[in-house]
Amino acid sequence: MQSKSEMPEQGGSVAKPGPVPLERVLRVAELAQLELREDEQQEMLRDLNAILGHVAQLNELDTRDVPPMTQVNAAMHAAGDRAAVDAGNVLRDDSVRPSLDRAKAMAAAPETDGTYFKVPKVIER
Amino acid sequence: MPATSILSPEILAKYEPVIGLEVHVQLLTETKAFCGCSARFGSAPNTQVCPVCLGLPGALPVLNRRAVEFATLAAMALHCRINETSVFARKNYFYPDLPKGYQISQFDKPLGEHGWIDVPAPAGTKRIGITRLHMEEDAGKSMHEGFHDSRERTYIDLNRCGTPLVEIVSEPDIRSADEAYEYLTRIKEILLYTAVSDCNMEEGSLRCDANVSVRLKGAEKFGAKAEVKNVNSFRFVRAALEHEIERQIEVIEAGGRVVQESRLYNSAEGRTYSMRSKEQAHDYRYFPDPDLPPLVVSNAWQEEIRATMPELPEARRERMIDEYEITAQDAQVLTSSRAFADQFEQAAKAAKSPKRVANLVQGELVGRLKAAGLELAQSPISMQGIAQAADLAESGALSSKMLKQLFDRCFETGEDFGVVYEREKPQQISDSGALEKMIDEVIAANPKQVEQYRGGKKTVAAFFVGQAMKLSKGQANPALLNELVTKKLDG
Repeated sequence: MQSKSEMPEQGGSVAKPGPVPLERVLRVAELAQLELREDEQQEMLRDLNAILGHVAQLNELDTRDVPPMTQVNAAMHAAGDRAAVDAGNVLRDDSVRPSLDRAKAMAAAPETDGTYFKVPKVIER
Repeated sequence: MPATSILSPEILAKYEPVIGLEVHVQLLTETKAFCGCSARFGSAPNTQVCPVCLGLPGALPVLNRRAVEFATLAAMALHCRINETSVFARKNYFYPDLPKGYQISQFDKPLGEHGWIDVPAPAGTKRIGITRLHMEEDAGKSMHEGFHDSRERTYIDLNRCGTPLVEIVSEPDIRSADEAYEYLTRIKEILLYTAVSDCNMEEGSLRCDANVSVRLKGAEKFGAKAEVKNVNSFRFVRAALEHEIERQIEVIEAGGRVVQESRLYNSAEGRTYSMRSKEQAHDYRYFPDPDLPPLVVSNAWQEEIRATMPELPEARRERMIDEYEITAQDAQVLTSSRAFADQFEQAAKAAKSPKRVANLVQGELVGRLKAAGLELAQSPISMQGIAQAADLAESGALSSKMLKQLFDRCFETGEDFGVVYEREKPQQISDSGALEKMIDEVIAANPKQVEQYRGGKKTVAAFFVGQAMKLSKGQANPALLNELVTKKLDG
């Protein structure tokens, strides 16, 4: 089971973040399976901190009493607007629709044998 | 480290295993969870893909209503509380069989929570909690071996990518490998009865990961757990857990520390291997999927779904024990699948004695099916045939020996009971005159035994019964024959 702490904090007051250290950049790169050269690491560090600094301006607002909203639909549900929620509950019937032609599906892939997609050897994680 | 334990029973007894199971089950829908591609197993590779399940830019997922119904029904059958509103989240990780770069799953607001099932235990039953049941999509299939360039390349088939799953997470309530086995067996049975999945483990419709740790008996705190993956049968789950429990105890007894990690089970060697993944390799960065509105299963819809709930195995067994006066063990065999139980009940209701139908199924059919390697659905003898046989036996027209012979014949020729019976129609000889004639013959041929009998050795009667039965080619009505033999000898 995953721990709740993985969920990003939402709403309320977020502790004032300091600048992102290099190790954090490397960790994110690792999760994204990216290898960064030395110069790319510095570039990424600079860009990331610039972007986060920009977004951090939002922290000047006090949102402690504002419920988080990830979906307009969810907000309507919280407000008890059932008709709107039902209208937003978009589901499809379980009936088969044509899939893509395989050749077409593979057209943009870097490597295939016409039947399978091929990727550089990966090991199970 | 050897695969077999070197630990004494006294040392093993000091520890208590703590086990939680995660079961992934593929739902039996026609199409995938979020697109209209067929979810059928075994099609030509990469022929059931579309922009949605390939994760092409701009494609938007739309949830399959049937998948919601199946997941809700399963959650209800496992006594979960249904959350009227549940939320789909993105579980982010990068792997080639997951083209979007995230799996659509449910995280902090799953469809069902706080469920339980009862499993048989040495002392009655034990209740095992179910933390949650949530909906998610499957990934594609990676093939690492079997191609000419498998040393350098992995092959990917995305047909399975986006197939609807439910994940059922148990509480860490399980205390032995046997309990884990029982839990899985019950879960599978319930899912099969609700018909939300075919639970075919060979095709990967049901998969199981086990979290296991050990602690000294009486300890409050859980030990560090290992997650055992890649176990594709319930028997292997049990064996893998047995091995893993002993491995962890060995580590602790040797003064070591159990490392929290994922381990792979190798069934050929009967042991688990570290996957050598970094302890903090995973960080899925869950967040609500902005492409999917929260799923609302209103109370009205929940009631509609609940109305489709079939009688579940446990309740059915209890009713059948009452209704047909059969033992708990009979009931267990007869409810091993919903189809089997349905057919049995149909036959039992048609027959004069339901109890005899139950006995015939268990005593004469199940063993023969097993010996022939057949499923009930492939049985040459239909349940109608069983009912007919039961009525013939009940009325005394067929002895149990004749019945066995006819059943054997059915399995030899592959014909139903009715067909074989009509052709061979063995008649029990219940005609006293005919039987008396045979007994006279036997008496005349064995004067010495007659003398013994008349001299007081009454047990010799059995000898005459046997001889006369032989003479009748096994067709004499046994009760009548017994009676007549005694009468003749005493007369």
